[in-house]
Amino acid sequence: MTRNGIAFWTGAAVFLAAVFAMTQLVGNQYPFFAGYVILQFVALAVAWSILGGYAGYVNFGTSAFFGVGVYASVFLVNAFGAPLPVQILTGAAIGALMGFALGLLTLRMQGIFFSIATIALTIIIETTITNWRYVGGAAGIQIQRPAVTAPFDNYVQMLFFVQALLVVLAVAISRYIQNSWIGRGLQALRDDELAAECTGVPTLRLKLLACVISGALMCAVGAPSAMYLQYADPAGAFNLNYSVSTLAMSLIGGTAHWSGPIVGAILLGTTQQLLTVTISSEVNVLVLGVMLVLFVVGAPEGIIGLIRKLRGKGKEGEA
Amino acid sequence: MFSLDLLLDAVVIGVLLGCFYGAVSLGLSVSFGLLDVPHVAHPAFLVLASYAVSFLNEQYAVDPLVAGLLITPVFFVLGLATYRLYYETFERRGSDAGVRGIAFFFGVAFIIEVLIILQFGVDQRSVTADYVGKAWRLGDIRIPYRLLVAFAVATGLTILLTLYLSRTFMGRAIRAVAQDQEALRLMGTNPVRIKQWAFGIATAVLGIAGALLVIVAPVDPTLDRAYIGRTFCVVVMAGLGSMSGTLVAAVILGVAESIVLTLFGASWAPAISFAMLLGVLAVRPQGLFGRR
Repeated sequence: MTRNGIAFWTGAAVFLAAVFAMTQLVGNQYPFFAGYVILQFVALAVAWSILGGYAGYVNFGTSAFFGVGVYASVFLVNAFGAPLPVQILTGAAIGALMGFALGLLTLRMQGIFFSIATIALTIIIETTITNWRYVGGAAGIQIQRPAVTAPFDNYVQMLFFVQALLVVLAVAISRYIQNSWIGRGLQALRDDELAAECTGVPTLRLKLLACVISGALMCAVGAPSAMYLQYADPAGAFNLNYSVSTLAMSLIGGTAHWSGPIVGAILLGTTQQLLTVTISSEVNVLVLGVMLVLFVVGAPEGIIGLIRKLRGKGKEGEA
Repeated sequence: MFSLDLLLDAVVIGVLLGCFYGAVSLGLSVSFGLLDVPHVAHPAFLVLASYAVSFLNEQYAVDPLVAGLLITPVFFVLGLATYRLYYETFERRGSDAGVRGIAFFFGVAFIIEVLIILQFGVDQRSVTADYVGKAWRLGDIRIPYRLLVAFAVATGLTILLTLYLSRTFMGRAIRAVAQDQEALRLMGTNPVRIKQWAFGIATAVLGIAGALLVIVAPVDPTLDRAYIGRTFCVVVMAGLGSMSGTLVAAVILGVAESIVLTLFGASWAPAISFAMLLGVLAVRPQGLFGRR
């Protein structure tokens, strides 16, 4: 293992230990409610940029994957009373299948056509769920949380820790991809798909891989959300706000490096939590939109790009 | 439950609805179809126009169609500005315009949506006029006047725009810039100015289209999400940039939506346009009347 690798895994272990200690020591419930949402967006943004950042395929369908993850859990709980790990694993499996289908779409569609197709998938799946009575239809459905398992004494605290695990998993995968031949291949096809194909980069296999990994992670992140809210409805679970938030966080953070989406998600996620509490949830979407447009226009490389420029180093970072 | 009368009714309504979909898609047919701008914010501009019309109608009792005409110059300028910004930040820099251009318009759409919510609230808005709420009886078929008005205006608008693009100097220049931008530059014209003008026209048409939108049915701030599907479905199905094709494709969509609505109920309606869009993209990406 390289020195960078040791530093990374130490950091991840310290992060998880801190999260665990927080669940044991902090009595107030609010930090867990807010922190869960921020961690959820970190994981979503990291998962999004595997396809959107490295490969350059703009996926507007984050909410489709997220919503399917939510409803996979709803179905499993309703039908079998399945425990949380089963929900997450099933969500990931379904997400991988959806990702595979999405990857096949990239065969025929690029650029804006791909993006519009992902919105189309979102709306079609949402409409299907809306018309499916068993999982509550348009009115939504209430979900009972099971008893919490030790060492946690509150279900939200446990979900907070589970989400932190998902974040570490997503970041580790994203970091691995960036530093391996997969990441280099994806960047090659992002710059020029035809040229990459001609020089022997297996573009289709890489795109399918990126879609499957990204999709599985997004669905897995959505799965615990049903338990978090204790309620699910199609309009909420498939809300396009998830798509725009994830996209904004990734692009604002910067997609050239795996740490970009994390920076963006923490920054925007925290701002959103503050704004939602202090002003209103509309204003927070407005801030998100304005920040997205400002960054896309003014700082195309995101915060990571700005930092690199400040340091005056032009070389690609390796971590 | 199912009868021939019902089907006939659905088809007639569908054709009228389709012409209306054609009118709201015309602008996108120019901006996306001819100019290749990934204008995801088109439906958001449309809903914005509807709110402006509804505001004028409520405050000053202006007829919705007149109000639509009144706001077209404003939208023309808005279009010019939008294209200028897009050109300066994405097309001219060239690098990676795809990802950020799409994200840019997606962000703009959300900003418009939230501004509408902050200004007007999340409630539905409608307009009052003589032709809203009444219906015309034709045998067993009941046709609401508002659909007839929308149908007439939509058809007129399509014909006008088709004539503009084929008969006038500027219109031909717009089609030329869509075909070969470099050739135009070699002949000493500035393709960017022509594209900017075309984008202005495309946005100006939204003034009237927005009036039709709020005449046909009440609007709410998030309505643009449903219209992303409808407008892009129509434009892609038509084959990018074909005006008459736009009308035909829109009628096909209108009839399909209307029949599904009659047979399966309104809850399936939002998926129709998106499903057709996916189908067209997968099977015939060049559209029905495509250039290639």
